[in-house]
Amino acid sequence: MNTLLEIKGLTCGYDARFFIQEINFSLEEKEFVGIIGPNGSGKTTFLRAITRFLKSQKGTVIFKGRDVRQIGFKEFARKIAVVSQNQPVNDITVEEFVLLGRIPHFEKMQFLETAHDFEIARKVMSLTQTSKFKDRLMRELSGGERQLAFIARALAQEPQLLLLDEPTTHLDIGHQVAVLDLLKKLNRECGLTVIIVLHDLNLASEYCQRLVLMREGRIYKAGHPDEVLSYQIIEEVYKTVVVVEKNPISLRPYVLLVPEEERRARSKKYGKEE
Amino acid sequence: MKSNKKITRWCIYLFVLGIILLGISLLSLCVGSAAIPVRKIISLLSKASDSAEYSILFNIRLPRIILGFAVGGALSISGVILQGMFRNPLVEPYTLGISGGAALGVVLSIIAGLSRRLGGISLPVSGFLGAILVIILVFYLSIRKRVLRIQGLLLYGVMISFVSSSLIMLLMAISGADELRGIVFWIMGSLEQPNWLLIKTAVWVSISGLIIAYFFSLQLNALSLGEEDARALGINVENTKKVLFLLTSVLTGMSVSICGIIGFVGLIVPHFIRLLVGNDQRILLGASFLCGSSFLILSDTLARTIIAPTELPVGVITGIIGGSVFIFALTKFK
Repeated sequence: MNTLLEIKGLTCGYDARFFIQEINFSLEEKEFVGIIGPNGSGKTTFLRAITRFLKSQKGTVIFKGRDVRQIGFKEFARKIAVVSQNQPVNDITVEEFVLLGRIPHFEKMQFLETAHDFEIARKVMSLTQTSKFKDRLMRELSGGERQLAFIARALAQEPQLLLLDEPTTHLDIGHQVAVLDLLKKLNRECGLTVIIVLHDLNLASEYCQRLVLMREGRIYKAGHPDEVLSYQIIEEVYKTVVVVEKNPISLRPYVLLVPEEERRARSKKYGKEE
Repeated sequence: MKSNKKITRWCIYLFVLGIILLGISLLSLCVGSAAIPVRKIISLLSKASDSAEYSILFNIRLPRIILGFAVGGALSISGVILQGMFRNPLVEPYTLGISGGAALGVVLSIIAGLSRRLGGISLPVSGFLGAILVIILVFYLSIRKRVLRIQGLLLYGVMISFVSSSLIMLLMAISGADELRGIVFWIMGSLEQPNWLLIKTAVWVSISGLIIAYFFSLQLNALSLGEEDARALGINVENTKKVLFLLTSVLTGMSVSICGIIGFVGLIVPHFIRLLVGNDQRILLGASFLCGSSFLILSDTLARTIIAPTELPVGVITGIIGGSVFIFALTKFK
């Protein structure tokens, strides 16, 4: 396995405030890594720092042995694609939207898509099952369909690394599974490396080979879901009481939350028994 | 295959709009307080003469058509670019305060009596200087840490517009009757421009503007997704914003300083064309240029014929037709 991405001592933020500090992280090719953590723990900032949308104040991000600051915008977009949190889209069809993902591959004086660009667009649309609504306008799509279109556009860039920021938020469980199954398939069959920010610990546990748990802008714990998703760690980081069990089918950990009323009732009951 | 289909469709749009532009230009040559039939125009084209008709055609009507072509096109593509860049359908070339700056420059030079001393060219020159000053001001106010903040551009632009229009009112309040008349006429906008050098400049500036805009058409397409996504597609967002802001500023400043404030063209034409051809900037730019030219030439023709020989301000016509056609189109399409 080769190292695809290496982050050393990365510190960055907005204005003078640091949102992530001293991040050290390395990613092998073909890995599927999830970033989890409470709100405001720096997950999105972490992704934005990799994509250089935020300038790093300290530290380096190295992609395949090259400092990302030395990679041009266009070349960078051919290597790393981003699916950001849902953004409003204007009145263009799904196909036109996916074709925008070909822009990084355009030559200097090229204004029109080539047959090859259309071929790639066709391929990624059939892969993401967006072909059937390719002539509909983006704003007419449901949340799940739109998310698939965003992934299709990112795939049209033919990247080696795909970064996704909470792609399953606002989706029902059917669509959540559809999106993650697709990503897993791309990871297995096409060798695409994936970094995904997820809020849902159970989805993260089921799909990711490795989890990075963030707290207050630092990596709190990284490793296999079995190591990261223990109830002690989650209670410590999220400041809430949870129960961690094993999924009987996948044998991955899953996290159950306990409402405060139940907690009180329990402690009273056990308190009496004691 | 599909690519070809798209190009064919785009070519048809451009061809039809080109034909409309030619038709309207020809109509504009024919009609007026002295009607000249088409056959006569053709015979006059082939040989120069010193007849009154020749003079009307080539010294009065043709310059207005050429200027209408250049300014209508320039304002329309500025509107397309700004609406795309700001992702805001209400932005138009005059939003950024450039027209206000140009108007202030012109009003100052009218009041100072520069035109009497330096001749007709002084008004456009002072207008353009005013525009340039505002461009530099808005640009530097909106830049923070080498990032051009789009919202900043908009807010500072609107504020500068207010300030300059208030200053113009102040100047109008204290100026004499003659100057007041000059100011009012200039502000209402007109395609009447006897200076061929200015007309040629307008043509060159607007055509080069269109060509430069085409180099940024893909960037504009990507920017329609928002700055962050455009950047993720490999677009150098900061450079693109800066170049496009300067480009639209020059186009607008040029238009306003030569023709005064002709409203609505830069707002309505892009919307209208978007309803017709869709959101792809690669066709939107060219189609809007042609449509804006036709629209302004047509409005100007109406302005000088409706109650001929008295001429209406062309801005009045663009507002009335533009506004009503647009409301009609909106209710029809949506």
